[in-house]
Formats: sequence, structure tokens, C-alpha cells
Amino acid sequence: MSTHNLDARNLLCPMPVIRTQQRVADLAVGDELEVFCTDPGALSDIPAWCRLEGHEVMQSGEVGGEFFLHIRVGERRIF
Amino acid sequence: MALISGGLDSMLAARVIKDQGIYIEGLNFFTGFCVEGHTHAIRNGKTGKRNNALWVAEQLGIRLHIIDVIEEYKDVVINPRHGYGANLNPCLDCKSFMVGKAREWMEKHEFDFIITGEVVGQRPMSQRRATFPVVERESGAKDRLLRPLCAQSQPPTKPEREGWVDREKLLNFSGRSRKPQIKLAETLQINEFSQPAGGCCFLTDANYSAKMKDMWETRGEKDYDLDDIMLLKVGRHLRPTAQFKMIIARDEGETNYLMGYRNRFHHLLMTSHSGPLTLLQGEGEIEVSFAARIAARFGQGRNAPEVSFLSISPDGQEQPLSIVPLKADQIPKAWYL
Repeated sequence: MSTHNLDARNLLCPMPVIRTQQRVADLAVGDELEVFCTDPGALSDIPAWCRLEGHEVMQSGEVGGEFFLHIRVGERRIF
Repeated sequence: MALISGGLDSMLAARVIKDQGIYIEGLNFFTGFCVEGHTHAIRNGKTGKRNNALWVAEQLGIRLHIIDVIEEYKDVVINPRHGYGANLNPCLDCKSFMVGKAREWMEKHEFDFIITGEVVGQRPMSQRRATFPVVERESGAKDRLLRPLCAQSQPPTKPEREGWVDREKLLNFSGRSRKPQIKLAETLQINEFSQPAGGCCFLTDANYSAKMKDMWETRGEKDYDLDDIMLLKVGRHLRPTAQFKMIIARDEGETNYLMGYRNRFHHLLMTSHSGPLTLLQGEGEIEVSFAARIAARFGQGRNAPEVSFLSISPDGQEQPLSIVPLKADQIPKAWYL
């Protein structure tokens, strides 16, 4: 398991989701990704995408006007 | 593969096919001109607007792939084979492009066919009986493109002929009325859906298109990057001279967003009163102090005898300025883009 960072600051919806999607594609199950962004919409969009894909948002919040999401890569969800 | 825009029609089309027991994944293409998301995120601060395509995917219970096509899409906008609509909207080329991208995805990931929420007669440029074959041909999807909401009025596609899809369970919608879609949504117990007012693409917007044309004319070439098309969505745009433009934020959210560009543009920060951030493009054309007099009209000090600014260059050098705001009738309407 390894932890990675993604800087999605100054990107607006849906670019933070797209970048997260691209980054997670290179990670293994159990890896963790910390996403930093400035678009508050990412706090609803990235968790929605994670729910669809089977990833877990372990923590999210705002610090100093910026937003963060801590994601653990999960097994792909089967519909 | 289902093209999912986030609106009702593509949601219904996907649901109709999914209800036949067919496995679906969704594709959503981000061109840079999509109305939802950006504008909501920029203005009015933390409104928490959702991404409709993701929301639809959750309602349907399907995977969704959001694809960045910004670079590839430029050719569609700059050189549309079928021309523009009422504004800079290249709707037919756009549809062929998106179905073409879906075809590539379908082939790469071994899916069998593509579905869209198109309804014959619904859009004057891209959703007509005469243009459906154009999209099928130019996208390369041919008879693997199924339009479930109007399939019964169209020639049978491969998924119908092969029996993968029951044609009898598809629909025969046509025309601009939304009533059949609303009724189907009720039948399927879909109680909530997005109804974008004025379309889902900035290129259909007259004001946005005018600003885009102005940008191309000023540069002497039809080209853009993502920052260009984002900035056209934000703020009031005034052009006092041929090569000088001002972008003035309309609220705190836009000021915060434009702050992200402060290292690229000379800008004005109002210091004596509450007021918006102003970016200057081509500032060598006129005195910065004159630009400040214009910008002062849009702050709380518009009627004050004097308003102070910091004039800040892209490399961070600050110059204090105190000016007398222009009167409203000193700003010609022709300056507004």
C-alpha cells in the first residue's frame, strides 16, 4: 500500500474528477490518494464518483479555503 | 456504451436499455464548454451544485467515465465541417465527434453498441431525420448506434436485428415536445432530473459566442486554450480599445476564481472600498489609471469622490493608484462584450 497526492487546485468541475479518475487508474487496491482542490463542487463530485467505482472517501474537509479528500482505492464495484 | 449528458433524455435512453437486462457503462465528454459545473462553481461560492452526469449514473446504477476531450474538440469548434448554428455551436459536428469518441471507446473496451438520448426532430441542427445518417457515417458507428427514444421510427440497428435488444420495447418519440419524456419519466418513477435552461453548451449562448468571436478577431486567428474559454465564462468583459480588454468579477466567487490568474495578468485590486478584482488584457494600450476609473464603476465606491486601487503586475509589483470613478454615462455600451 502506498500514499499519493493529487494537486487539483484551480481546476473546476469536472476536471478534479477527471484528474482523480486518471490518477486512480494507476493505483492498486488499498493505495491511498490525497486530493487537494479549490472547487467546492469537488466535495460532492469526487465522492459520487468514488461510490460508483467502489472507492472509499476516508476523510474530506476544508483547510484555509482549500479542500481535501483522502481516498482509499477499492475493488471495482460490480453493477 | 451510453452517452450520458446529465439531462433527462440520455438518462431515459440508458434506463430503457438497462431495463432490458443489458449491461451499460456511461460516457460523458468534457469539452470545456459545458454549462453546468463551472459556472455554478465559480459564482455564488459554495452552492454545492452536483455534477448531473455523475448523479444520473448513480440513479441508473452504472459506471461513468468522464473524458477530457478539450484538445481534440478544438478542431470541431474551429473548423466545423457542417458549419455553425445560430451562434458558434457546431452541433452536428459535435454529435459526430462524440459518437465517434464513443465508438473508439466501445471498440477498445469490447462493448457492442452505443446508445444516445437523441429524439428525431428535437434539435434543428443535429437531431433531424436527415442528419441521423450523417452522424452514423461520420462517427463510424454506423448501425451500432441505437437511439432508444425514437428507434421505432428509424431503420433497425444491429442490436435490434441481432436480437440483443427488443425493438418492441423501444420508443417512437419525435419533435420538440418534452411531454413524452416527462410521461416516461413518471412511468419509470424518475422523479428528479436536470432540465438545463438554454442548453448545456456555452457555444449556443449568443453572449458567449460574441466574446469568443471578439477574442478571435483581436488575435487575428481562431484558436483557444482552456484558460481562454474559462475566462470567457467569468465576469463582465469590456473592451475600451481594439487591443485592450478588462474582465471585471461580478461577485466574490468570481473574484476568488480570477485570483487564480493574477500571475498571468496585470490586475487591479480595489483597496478603499469593497469591489471586484479586475484583470487587464493588453494593458499597454491605455493608462492603467483609466482602466481603474472604469473598474471603480463596479465597486461600492462608484459614487465616491476618490477610489484607491493597487495596480499589480503579473510579477507581483504593486503600484498604488487613486482615481475618480467614471460616471455611468462615460462608459459607452459598445465597450461591453
